[in-house]
Amino acid sequence: MHIPLDSRLPKTFPIAKIRRETEMVRTLTFKASFGAKPGQFVMVWIPGVDEIPMSVAFDDGKTLQLTYFAVGDATRALAEYKVGDLVGLRGPFGTFYSWKSKQKLALVAGGYGAAPMYFVAKQAIKDRCTLEVFVGARSAEHLLYLKEFSMLPKTTLHVTTDDGSKGWKGFNVGLLEKLLTDRKHSKKHPFVHQIFACGPERMLVSVSRLALAKNIPSQLSLERYMKCGYGLCGNCVVDPLGIRLCIDGPVVDNKLCSQIAEFGEYHRDAVGKKHAF
Amino acid sequence: MKLSQTLLGVRFDNPTVLASGIWGITAASWRRAAKCGVGAVTTKSLWLQEHKGHANPTIISTDHWTLNAVGVPDAGVEKAREEIGNFNKDKPVPLIGNIIASSVEDYAKTAERILEFKPDFLEVNISCPNIEDEFGRPFACSIGDSAAVTKAVKAVSGKTPVFIKLSPNVDSIAAIALSCAAAGADGFTVINTAGPGMAIDLPTRLPILANKVGGISGPAIKPLAVRCIADVYKATEGKLPIIGTGGVMTGEDAIEFLLAGASLIGIGTALADRGETVFRLVCDEMKAWGKKNGVKDLKELVGGMHTAILNVRKRG
Repeated sequence: MHIPLDSRLPKTFPIAKIRRETEMVRTLTFKASFGAKPGQFVMVWIPGVDEIPMSVAFDDGKTLQLTYFAVGDATRALAEYKVGDLVGLRGPFGTFYSWKSKQKLALVAGGYGAAPMYFVAKQAIKDRCTLEVFVGARSAEHLLYLKEFSMLPKTTLHVTTDDGSKGWKGFNVGLLEKLLTDRKHSKKHPFVHQIFACGPERMLVSVSRLALAKNIPSQLSLERYMKCGYGLCGNCVVDPLGIRLCIDGPVVDNKLCSQIAEFGEYHRDAVGKKHAF
Repeated sequence: MKLSQTLLGVRFDNPTVLASGIWGITAASWRRAAKCGVGAVTTKSLWLQEHKGHANPTIISTDHWTLNAVGVPDAGVEKAREEIGNFNKDKPVPLIGNIIASSVEDYAKTAERILEFKPDFLEVNISCPNIEDEFGRPFACSIGDSAAVTKAVKAVSGKTPVFIKLSPNVDSIAAIALSCAAAGADGFTVINTAGPGMAIDLPTRLPILANKVGGISGPAIKPLAVRCIADVYKATEGKLPIIGTGGVMTGEDAIEFLLAGASLIGIGTALADRGETVFRLVCDEMKAWGKKNGVKDLKELVGGMHTAILNVRKRG
């Protein structure tokens, strides 16, 4: 796949708007478009600190939105930024979610995975899809994009929390599994045609197993350490396939995902050392 | 045109080599490159102990150049054991073990450890231009230092051929090559990245690379690489094989490197421009050129420019 040249050099843009989603989560708006599709990512340069990959939360051809969780050095530094401050951006990179018009889609979002899933929802509705959205978090204060999802047409929102502080008590994948049984999902009468997931890898593993068991096509967004984003550095290569997740991911078909031995097991850091999930 | 050859006892199906620093962190990467038709793979530079690289941004490009200051990150010898061990189980193509260290003694120690994993060649990185803040000028910039490293590695390398990776950022690459050759080098990799260079973001007025400066690769340095290969080939009278690296995008670029004196062709930056099919494309383009020009064996081309110059002189 040829990577557009202008995605290989960051350009800095002023932050146009900052929205506080939760105590730790912010959404930045830039008056720039990268023509990103749902599931794709951009590299975000925080000058003097780091450059990190971030899923695109929205790109309508005029504005770009990024939702991030201030958890590492780079994102914590970014959380101190104000409107007008300059942030470097380049992209878009990688694969994206794909669907057919009028399909029924289950969107499984864990933590800040809700942001790219909202982008999927907005676009899929334009293709007359029907959505079952499962937003999950540890507890009520970590839930994201509930208001936005609840305002979408042709969308049923299911909220879950691990501690039961809001919605169904348990994991979002657990609720999806329950509904597949309750609604007597079958090939002839499908509850959903596809399952899309974005969130912590352990959640993705559960989605992957469920989708394989129920024989439902599924697309999962995997996260790995990245440097270049355009296929040179080799940091996001996964065992044993040797594919680069900046090119052949982050959105991976479940069939391919099940061939990735490290999926749900380990990931590698900046020096290539393995870390268990 | 026949692309296979045996060099220093190692057989290569074709002359393309995955250059060090590109992919190269895991056995899975090397296998993928082999599946994509590469002739040999080079590991990312291996340290004795874990070495952290630079913060991002570490790699940026335009259509002319790539700047990198990855800073040679590596997890150390145990990871090398696991990954090279894994690759050696079926070893689809030869593996060149690239090593780096911060002292002459450590080069020898690293070589000793990496040789336990039986690489086909050892490539000694004495020329990285983006870790000067940490380690000072590269060994490759001094005749004495580069010879000292070569001698120390050769003292422990046994039968494994040792290639010294040279820097273009020197007054005379020929003089450096000769000193390494006298110290026992079996071959050379020519060139490491050039510069270092810098790129500035106008609105913030800041250098884009976190390390501020980085080695230059890509099409912009190809003429520099061709000249350096020619210098090294001429100085060593074509007796020591050269892995030519620096800005090769096409089969014709590779032919140019062969004519300058390279026997193997390192490919790196081009992977971003032509994708992972680049190795096959370059080989196909070389074959097509050979067919059109009546060249039956790649070996006929190695150092061909030097012969052509002599022939012109004779005629003149």
